[in-house]
Amino acid sequence: MFKILKKKELSDVVTLFEIDAKDIARKVQPGNFFVLKIHEQGERIPLTIADFDREKGTLTTVFQKVGKTTYHLGTLNEGVFIMDIIGPLGIPSHIENYGKVVCIGGGVGIAPVYPIARALKEAGNIIISIIGARTKNLIFWKEKMRNVSDELIVTTDDGSYGRKAVVTIPLDELLREDKDIKLVIAIGPAIMMKFVCRTTAKYNVKTIVSLNSIMVDATGMCGACRVEVGGETKFACVDGPEFDGHKVDFDQLMKRQQMYLDEEKIALERYREKYGIK
Amino acid sequence: MEGKKEEKKPKNRVKMREQDPLTRARNFNEVPYGYTPFDAVEEASRCLSCKRPTCREGCPVEVDIPGFISLIKERKFLEACYKVKGKNALPAVCGRVCPQEIQCESLCILGKKGEPVAIGNLERFVADYEAEKGEIKVPEKPKPTGRKVVIIGSGPGGLTCAADLAKSGHQVTLFEALQKPGGVLIYGIPEFRLPKVIVEREVEYIKKLGVELILDAVIGKLYTVDELLNDKGYDACFIATGAGLPIFMGILGENLNGIYSANEFLTRANLMKAYLFPEYDTPIKRGKKVAVFGGGNVAMDSARVALRLGAERVYLIYRRSEAEMPARKAEVHHAYEEGIEFLLLTNPTRFIDDGKGNVCGVECIKMELGEPDESGRRRPVPIKGSEFQIEIDIAIPALGTRANPLLTKTMPDLKLNKRGYIVAEEETGMTSKLGVFAGGDIVTGAATVILAMGAGKKAARAINEYLKWKYWDFKS
Ligand SMILES: Cc1cc2nc3c(=O)[nH]c(=O)nc-3n(C[C@H](O)[C@H](O)[C@H](O)COP(=O)(O)OP(=O)(O)OC[C@H]3O[C@@H](n4cnc5c(N)ncnc54)[C@H](O)[C@@H]3O)c2cc1C
Ligand code: SF4
Ligand code: FES
Repeated sequence: MFKILKKKELSDVVTLFEIDAKDIARKVQPGNFFVLKIHEQGERIPLTIADFDREKGTLTTVFQKVGKTTYHLGTLNEGVFIMDIIGPLGIPSHIENYGKVVCIGGGVGIAPVYPIARALKEAGNIIISIIGARTKNLIFWKEKMRNVSDELIVTTDDGSYGRKAVVTIPLDELLREDKDIKLVIAIGPAIMMKFVCRTTAKYNVKTIVSLNSIMVDATGMCGACRVEVGGETKFACVDGPEFDGHKVDFDQLMKRQQMYLDEEKIALERYREKYGIK
Repeated sequence: MEGKKEEKKPKNRVKMREQDPLTRARNFNEVPYGYTPFDAVEEASRCLSCKRPTCREGCPVEVDIPGFISLIKERKFLEACYKVKGKNALPAVCGRVCPQEIQCESLCILGKKGEPVAIGNLERFVADYEAEKGEIKVPEKPKPTGRKVVIIGSGPGGLTCAADLAKSGHQVTLFEALQKPGGVLIYGIPEFRLPKVIVEREVEYIKKLGVELILDAVIGKLYTVDELLNDKGYDACFIATGAGLPIFMGILGENLNGIYSANEFLTRANLMKAYLFPEYDTPIKRGKKVAVFGGGNVAMDSARVALRLGAERVYLIYRRSEAEMPARKAEVHHAYEEGIEFLLLTNPTRFIDDGKGNVCGVECIKMELGEPDESGRRRPVPIKGSEFQIEIDIAIPALGTRANPLLTKTMPDLKLNKRGYIVAEEETGMTSKLGVFAGGDIVTGAATVILAMGAGKKAARAINEYLKWKYWDFKS
């Protein structure tokens, strides 16, 4: 059982939890993720790790309410226990001094990009960060990101905050003007990562993406998370979640992510009905 | 005398009553009902109580088979159960899933002329009888030795080793990656063949022996084995992490939606109880036309689960003939009865996309049996030009598993074989790494419950010796 120590609503659909998980916090590194199951009847879902504190023994995660499980999770309050948390999972980010790196976070993807940007900064890199979302209230952690970046660009699709653009527009400008950029890291919706990779491919800049496949065990045992990378089938949970973005078959990833749309709808409607939520 | 023996011709086995095939094909309840006490005594009375019981040699965990059967004859059912449990901590499981036809029963003397004693059915009976009577007896706690042993993986191998070591007085911690203990018994083998309450009951017994069980702990990630041995003060370690990585066929279209590895399909259905969706949150696609590929227990289980999820037609596609199928005979028979359609000597060549990323068909090719291969089985070879297509909406490759490298890759000093399995001595489970033993599927590759249990038992014995003498002599 794992206790929620702190809860913060970052927007009406995005929530932050700080969770008591000493053993995992001891081992976790940027780029790792964990799996959570709320209660006996719950499903196992992977969530990204947004921060951690080894001394306090805590993990921070930021999630968006999209389906039944994340809605339910959002109703839990400080002091409540989560039944199962399994981690740290996945291969941690490779951290070294590349020189200049662009870190892109889209939507809730801002959260997991933060500890990676911080680690890269600590390793001596110059960090340019781009964080973007559909609209203003989905942008969070601007200050935190600024603290670990040499330059920060904020975009919204509707222009309600920062620049009115999708993240690939400032990215394209940066790559065009600055030939020193050695690496781009992008975490966000699959469609965003796909277009980031298209952009960076034009300039031949290495791009790392972190894939959010559907998972079950997340230890390599089932293959639910499989995705084609460079023509080979890889398991996102153990071979990733980070991959060379130029090799990922994003269209396949997006189709696989939609495998249970019907079931997700049924589950969410049933949940809303039961608790009288519109 | 002679005449009397003539009269005592071996009677036939007492059959176990089962749910009707067409009814059970639509529910998840257990297929056989089990013996009544009357049936059990009747079946037990067939046993000759041989002086040199050959059956015992066929039992990797050394159950005193004639001994417990004699107690059944005397209607001492509880005593019979305690006798089994002296050697086997998982009797209700073994009675249900062991391939007795190639273990104990294959060596029973009665099998020479007729049907061997139904040892498995009797084992199941005594275990269920004890549970029903609610008189689960826990042996007295032995004097603590002060030694600590860590076991990784709570499948049958890990559970058996844990039980034996706890009985020897060691402090045993068992780490399991999943949220429930039991390994394949809980995530793989379906409810209708092995009800999960039975696994829970037997695990509960092992906990009562004093074993500490820690779930949700992926070793290699949360702790390394070196941390456990050096920092956490464990004196020895037994690795029983199973095989577990699914093998895909590497054919076109295999990542389409609707194609599940058997591991994923069964894990969703069993561990996550997706057959109860939306009561349980984990979804599973319920196909109308399902194709399962393979001929082992895993393939049979997948096919029968698909049927119970409401499929109209379930094809079992296997590239060899029925004689080569590695599944338990009883399960093949059950699958036939329930209406699974067997397409033998048939191999898939590619999956067909419906244009939206879902599988809508599979192309297969007919095979014929050629020369024997390394395994001694005749190798199937494709018949040119015999391709044909079948319409399906779910496909489940069940073609076996590989070693999961998640833990072993964090142990560079552990010797592995070419296929990534741990190299361990057969009689002891001893590995190339000091203090580390291994057994079960992670050593042998996918095998059986009882072989994993046998390995757990041998390792427990060897660990006992090691803790006494601290002597390490790994030859290999
Ligand atoms: C669907 C199916 C049906 C089967 N039917 C039969 C049958 O009828 N009869 C029969 O005899 N055999 C059957 N088998 C085979 C049998 O189940 C296996 O041979 C047996 O379970 C192997 O036992 P094990 O202890 O080696 O490993 P497993 O049962 O595989 O257990 C390994 C455990 O270790 C855990 N683990 C793995 N890695 C880690 C880690 N790094 N940290 C912590 N924990 C970890 C796993 O989560 C798992 O719980 C079947 C197998 C399957 C898949
Ligand atoms: S070999 Fe058969 S008849 Fe003889 S003791 Fe064993 S079970 Fe009984
Ligand atoms: S989630 Fe099961 S193998 Fe990746």
